[in-house]
Amino acid sequence: MNRIIRKQQLSAEVFRIEVEAPLIARERKAGQFIIVQVDDAFGERIPLTIADADPVRGTITLIFQTVGRTTHLLADKNPGDTIPALLGPLGTPTHIEKFGHVVCVGGGIGVAPLHPIAEALKAAGNRLTIIMGARTASLLILEDEMRALADDLIIVTDDGSRGRQALVTVPLKELCEQNPKPDLAVVIGPPIMMKFGAETTRPYGVPTVVSLNTIMIDGTGMCGGCRVTVGGETKFVCVDGPEFDGHQVDFDNMMKRLRSYKSREDADHHACHLQQQAHKLAAG
Amino acid sequence: MSHATPDQLHHAATAKLAEIRASGKPLTAKDRAAIPPQEMPNQDPNLRRSNMNEVALGYSPEQTQLEAERCLQCKNAPCVGGCPVGINIPAFVKAAAEGRFDDSIAIIREASLLPAVCGRVCPQESQCQAPCTLGKILKDVNKSVAIGRIERFVADRQREGGAQAVPAIKPPTGRKVAVIGSGPASITVAADVRREGHAVTMFEAFHKPGGVLVYGIPEFRLPKAIVRKEIETLQAMGVTLETNYVIGRTRKLRDLLDRDGFDAVFVGTGAGLPKFMGIPGENLVGVFSANEYLTRSNLMRAYDTAQAHTPIYPSRKVAVLGGGNVAMDAARTALRMGAAEVHLIYRRTEQEMPARVEEVAHAREEGVIFHILQNAKRIFGDDNGCVRAIECLRYELGEPDASGRRRPVEIQGSEFEMEMDTVIVAIGNESNPLIRQTTAGLNVNKYGNILVDETGQTSLDGVYAGGDIVLGAATVILAMGEGRRAAAAINARLAGPARA
Ligand SMILES: Cc1cc2nc3c(=O)[nH]c(=O)nc-3n(C[C@H](O)[C@H](O)[C@H](O)COP(=O)(O)OP(=O)(O)OC[C@H]3O[C@@H](n4cnc5c(N)ncnc54)[C@H](O)[C@@H]3O)c2cc1C
Ligand SMILES: Cc1cc2nc3c(=O)[nH]c(=O)nc-3n(C[C@H](O)[C@H](O)[C@H](O)COP(=O)(O)OP(=O)(O)OC[C@H]3O[C@@H](n4cnc5c(N)ncnc54)[C@H](O)[C@@H]3O)c2cc1C
Ligand code: SF4
Ligand code: FES
Repeated sequence: MNRIIRKQQLSAEVFRIEVEAPLIARERKAGQFIIVQVDDAFGERIPLTIADADPVRGTITLIFQTVGRTTHLLADKNPGDTIPALLGPLGTPTHIEKFGHVVCVGGGIGVAPLHPIAEALKAAGNRLTIIMGARTASLLILEDEMRALADDLIIVTDDGSRGRQALVTVPLKELCEQNPKPDLAVVIGPPIMMKFGAETTRPYGVPTVVSLNTIMIDGTGMCGGCRVTVGGETKFVCVDGPEFDGHQVDFDNMMKRLRSYKSREDADHHACHLQQQAHKLAAG
Repeated sequence: MSHATPDQLHHAATAKLAEIRASGKPLTAKDRAAIPPQEMPNQDPNLRRSNMNEVALGYSPEQTQLEAERCLQCKNAPCVGGCPVGINIPAFVKAAAEGRFDDSIAIIREASLLPAVCGRVCPQESQCQAPCTLGKILKDVNKSVAIGRIERFVADRQREGGAQAVPAIKPPTGRKVAVIGSGPASITVAADVRREGHAVTMFEAFHKPGGVLVYGIPEFRLPKAIVRKEIETLQAMGVTLETNYVIGRTRKLRDLLDRDGFDAVFVGTGAGLPKFMGIPGENLVGVFSANEYLTRSNLMRAYDTAQAHTPIYPSRKVAVLGGGNVAMDAARTALRMGAAEVHLIYRRTEQEMPARVEEVAHAREEGVIFHILQNAKRIFGDDNGCVRAIECLRYELGEPDASGRRRPVEIQGSEFEMEMDTVIVAIGNESNPLIRQTTAGLNVNKYGNILVDETGQTSLDGVYAGGDIVLGAATVILAMGEGRRAAAAINARLAGPARA
């Protein structure tokens, strides 16, 4: 079960694997994810978006960034190896309809979950403007795939090594200022980016969907570990989401909860890093 | 509380038993009532609060026989009426008293599939031991015959002796039954249906089977090896187990019937939706549902910090909200994970606590600090969004409410604050909505519990349900009882020649 068929390194920290999972491949819809466990006895359960699926071959594609133990162990696997536990497809599928003009904004690894959503939106007849952002050129992923879907593709990097030197919020703001403004924005990336993405569209009243990446255990609504505050109410990301109205999400609380398991020093370091990013985004 | 060692308890029992046997006279009821109730040997509280090993160590054979000799063998056997599955209690106890341990376990197995589990976790004091005549005579339910402990001994002895045979299976019938979930209700259905020769496939969302028995109830109360053994027996019977398979997502319930050729389906998905208090501060860092906390520790083995990849929150001062078994398990787990102080906060008094008496006593011995007639009102965070303190309110007991328990009434203006860094919410579970949301036509009540008729059948033909998904959070033995009933209905439905 769950044999890895293909593996590809997309950037220094990002890997794409294609895994046998016929049942999941058959059922999955855009916006859904799986829970994977790399070690049956002692492994952690982590969520990853189903980036693509081939129901005929019975495979799904996962694209992940190596950030901690489990994603590193996963990156160490090779074609022929198996993944002991793969549960899915989980989460509520993306609400797809013909909205008109949709801006899809993907930051870093967020382009991976964005891709199947953009694909479904395109298939439903929407005009897509896609904004892809990364810290630097070598961290951009899925550029060709996104270009194939986009009516307009805008690439930005923090350091200007590729495309415009800007944060994704800059072109997003410009689009919101146009007349007519976009009918919908879908913003997926690091929490801080989604927060500022939502803040950018808010004054223009452009509905904004975000996909939240909280810490999960079961992924079926049993533990409540993935909960976030949305519009003043507690929601479970794994079953009520992962997509929510970005204007209603309490991102500050979510970002704090994401750091629950970091040691003190680590957390401080992270907080500084987040603050830097926040300042940059706020300035931009 | 003084701690008698297992050796001391064993020697006392051996001496007393020898004395009784030496007299050669048949025991009168008065003699039996005079036999001292046998204490359960336990791990020393000072040691056990820092390990995950089982707390209750089990009777020795002599303790078991002596305890069994206390039974009055009542003609009307009120104890049997208190057992949800109607085990022939006087008969198995008598066999144990006479040292016929194999006979004893055989009698239990006629009615119960998981005796080693039930002997450990059943709330005996409110089931079989509540109506026990001996307890009535001695005016203390805790002095009733220790039916559960005798059950546990004979079950353990059989398992450890490797004599637990695989039940006989009738020839294949060509019928297929799907069982959703792998908790006690589902285990019961799988075994009973398989015995009739039907093919059985069990679907479990988690990577390990057993339901709450493996993800909720901690190792120190129910060793996982016992549950694993039961699952292995099911597999040896030919039950197919599909883990990492969530019905409603990986496959819809209807697909099992309409496309996959199952002739009947049993839904035993349990009560897996944590309730929160709905108080300010509940989403701060350091606030957990008991489900999350216990799953991290049990299923993901976070207590094994050397090996497990799943972290558990480093807590110093923990507040656990609730008074049931779940709350006791969370509190005792927090101690074992290294918390300096664990405070259990419960709105009524110890009298009303739904937890098993033994677990409350164990928690107390291990140093859990009880705050009764109090309830959390708000959780305060620090600048980092982490729990800093909780605000509580004091209560007094008013008139009895619908549950028959006296209602807690808040004392106005009694708010006070306690410094904490972790809060674990253990106020109960509701039904997980996944199946009902993805299965059209499945009727549920306002709590989301699946509605069934007297045979366990749901509003959908061929779909049965039982356990916590029907009862709301209940007990292991009630879940098994429900499973028994549904299995009987399924077997009746499938009797006769297979469909073409
Ligand atoms: C619905 C959903 C879909 C996701 N899809 C993808 C995807 O397609 N590709 C991908 O690379 N990642 C995705 N993520 C994030 C991914 O789950 C985390 O990167 C992963 O859990 C980290 O595991 P680890 O053991 O390697 O790292 P850990 O050791 O657990 O953590 C390392 C670092 O990552 C942070 N972290 C931990 N868990 C998460 C989390 N759930 N989200 C964000 N940061 C986290 C920690 O704070 C820490 O800084 C998704 C998350 C969700 C909830
Ligand atoms: C911490 C804790 C302590 C307890 N202590 C005691 C005690 O001491 N004594 C006692 O008698 N009772 C106790 N209980 C209650 C007892 O465990 C339950 O009543 C009993 O386990 C219910 O059994 P069940 O078969 O209905 O479901 P569960 O044991 O809940 O099992 C349900 C299973 O179904 C799986 N599942 C759910 N949805 C799906 C799906 N859609 N597809 C596939 N699989 C699915 C779940 O992952 C789970 O494994 C305790 C409960 C908890 C949480
Ligand atoms: S009620 Fe008590 S004393 Fe009487 S038969 Fe049952 S266990 Fe024995
Ligand atoms: S991950 Fe457990 S409830 Fe969402």
